Amino acid sequence: MAEMMTLGKALNAGLRKALEDDPKVVIMGEDVGKLGGVFRITDGLQKDFGEDRVMDTPLAESGIVGTAVGLAIRGYRPVCEIQFDGFVFPAYNQIVTQVAKMHYRSLGRLRLPIVIRIPYGGGIGAVEHHSESPEAYFSHTPGLKVVTCSNPSDAYTMIQQAIRSDDPVVFFEPKRRYWEKGEVEFSDFPLHASRVVREGTDATVLAYGPMVKVATDAASAAAEDGRSLEVIDLRTLSPLDLGPVYASVRKTGRCVVVHEAPGNLGLGAEIAARVTEECFYSLEAPVLRVAGYDIPYPAARVEEEYLPDLDRVLDAVDRAFGW
Amino acid sequence: MAKGDLETVGADAPAGGYVQLLTPDGDRVERVTGPDGTEYSVDFTDAEYRTLYRDLVTVRRLDAEATALQRQGELGIWASLLGQEAAQVGAGRAMRPQDMAFPTYREHGVLYTRGIDPIMPFGLFRGVNQGGWDPQEYKFNQYTIVIGAQTLHATGYAMGITMDGKTGSADGEAVIAFFGDGATSQGDVNEAFVWSGVYHAPIVFFCQNNQYAISEPLERQTRIPLYRRSSGFGFPGVRVDGNDVLATFAVTRAALDNARQGQGPTLIEAYTYRMGAHTSSDDPTRYRIASEVESWKVKDPISRLKAFLEKQQVGDAAFFAEVDEQAKAEAIALRERVLELQDPDPVTMFDHVYPHGSPEVDAQREAFQRYQATFEGSAH
Repeated sequence: MAEMMTLGKALNAGLRKALEDDPKVVIMGEDVGKLGGVFRITDGLQKDFGEDRVMDTPLAESGIVGTAVGLAIRGYRPVCEIQFDGFVFPAYNQIVTQVAKMHYRSLGRLRLPIVIRIPYGGGIGAVEHHSESPEAYFSHTPGLKVVTCSNPSDAYTMIQQAIRSDDPVVFFEPKRRYWEKGEVEFSDFPLHASRVVREGTDATVLAYGPMVKVATDAASAAAEDGRSLEVIDLRTLSPLDLGPVYASVRKTGRCVVVHEAPGNLGLGAEIAARVTEECFYSLEAPVLRVAGYDIPYPAARVEEEYLPDLDRVLDAVDRAFGW
Repeated sequence: MAKGDLETVGADAPAGGYVQLLTPDGDRVERVTGPDGTEYSVDFTDAEYRTLYRDLVTVRRLDAEATALQRQGELGIWASLLGQEAAQVGAGRAMRPQDMAFPTYREHGVLYTRGIDPIMPFGLFRGVNQGGWDPQEYKFNQYTIVIGAQTLHATGYAMGITMDGKTGSADGEAVIAFFGDGATSQGDVNEAFVWSGVYHAPIVFFCQNNQYAISEPLERQTRIPLYRRSSGFGFPGVRVDGNDVLATFAVTRAALDNARQGQGPTLIEAYTYRMGAHTSSDDPTRYRIASEVESWKVKDPISRLKAFLEKQQVGDAAFFAEVDEQAKAEAIALRERVLELQDPDPVTMFDHVYPHGSPEVDAQREAFQRYQATFEGSAH
């Protein structure tokens, strides 16, 4: 039975289900216990599962991820919460040099089924370090898998799939969508698969996480002008699942990639290269990117100008048509 | 006398003293009382003494062979343990079978005591793999090259022991994390101390203070003796003569047993000296003087145990000769096997990136194989 809930509540329900399903699943992070996390994603879980399974940790991100590695070697399935995107960097060394490489280094003997949850992206009027989109750093690192959800139903399903996965998974949560409601139902859609969320014939718009809503809103607006945009939610950033994208671009001939992260060397650059290689003779225009500017995330009062929005997406679509 | 100082400081001890049960001249100290009242002693049979001696001689001989192999171009690099044999063998033999170790890249002596085939690290240093043994089978994790990173893994593993209810008895489990003096400046090591203290984890932090982090002397890492660092994190620290295999055994055994009983972490500073270079790529004559090295030669861990065995008539000339012969034979066999380590098939570099593969890596493997196949029959 589908149930209406917010994306945040859906994550909470998914985490609860994972804790119920497997006694080896543990949640660890700053303020995840009594407080239920600063976004309340782990609300009530410590009360129901105890302090050993929902651990309030010392305030040290490298410690959270580094001890999760040891717990995983011991046979646990740790789910780490990094409080905000901009605070993951103290753990970056552990994630890149240890989490990503231990399976490879040990010739497959050590598995690290760790999930690292990171609320990311802007649009909530926050101070510095609370609005960033660091997904490319992790997608660039072999040995990690990287996914992001865009809606409550995916959030509920994907968090459980990520926890069940034997891979280390960096799980990006679109924090500005935490409070948006949708129907939630578990779906057996594979974790590493992109999905066409709106069919169209004139241009393909690719988005993920918080930008999926921007892309579908743009598609609705374009439809009023008689343009039919196909929107694809990438969902998985490493590995990328571009099969549906190639099929779409071969049909539409135009492709726009949207993300909040700075454009330079972002996911859009990789996608543009691959789409160009695979769909060269179908393209009517170059693959265009709508991204954050190549500046540090700006002060909150100007973030609306920084973030890709409906108008910038439509502007890019116009440019693709005018080529 | 500062808090934590020892009343019996030990021969040639640094200020504050260290636990020493065997002097550099090979004289036995019956027992030493630690700063917290712990009594340190050993009660070995003659056969056990002889086994320790054999361990020390063997790991040194294998290490010398490795250094030679590197100089002959057969290893890309080697991190020698020369001078640190007693610290490693004492700590390694103090572990019980159920205990788990998290090493750096220099713990060849501990690896040997865990019963792992000594050929195993050579895959890494020859460049044919990244490490070959099964960490779960031998309870000895992979070598970790990033300084200090393994101390957090050890801490997490120790937390798991507590969560599994495997502490609080004589057959409980404990963890030992190895690291060096340089690593004590790393954030990860300090975070591991915080976490282990907060979670009262069953862990022993075993710091081999070999006086240098590549070229930088201890003074560049700390203003206080390293063993005292633990007091700020709420658990005991003790310094031991790292060139005394009896003392390192006694102190490590006591700390591990405390941990398995549920009494929390201990920091051990094994005060020793890296007699050789940091690695084969290093030139220690640029940063330390010959007389300092000479002063440590007289504290050699093997010669003092040999002197003790001679005085106690536990070992005679025939025994020492036989140990040397056996160590030499092991070294020769090791050499032959290292030379036989084959370069891996290049396509195997795509293996084990993910437990169940990845479409992107799989596609690249296939493309690589197709590309390689185009050279078949050519001189490439």
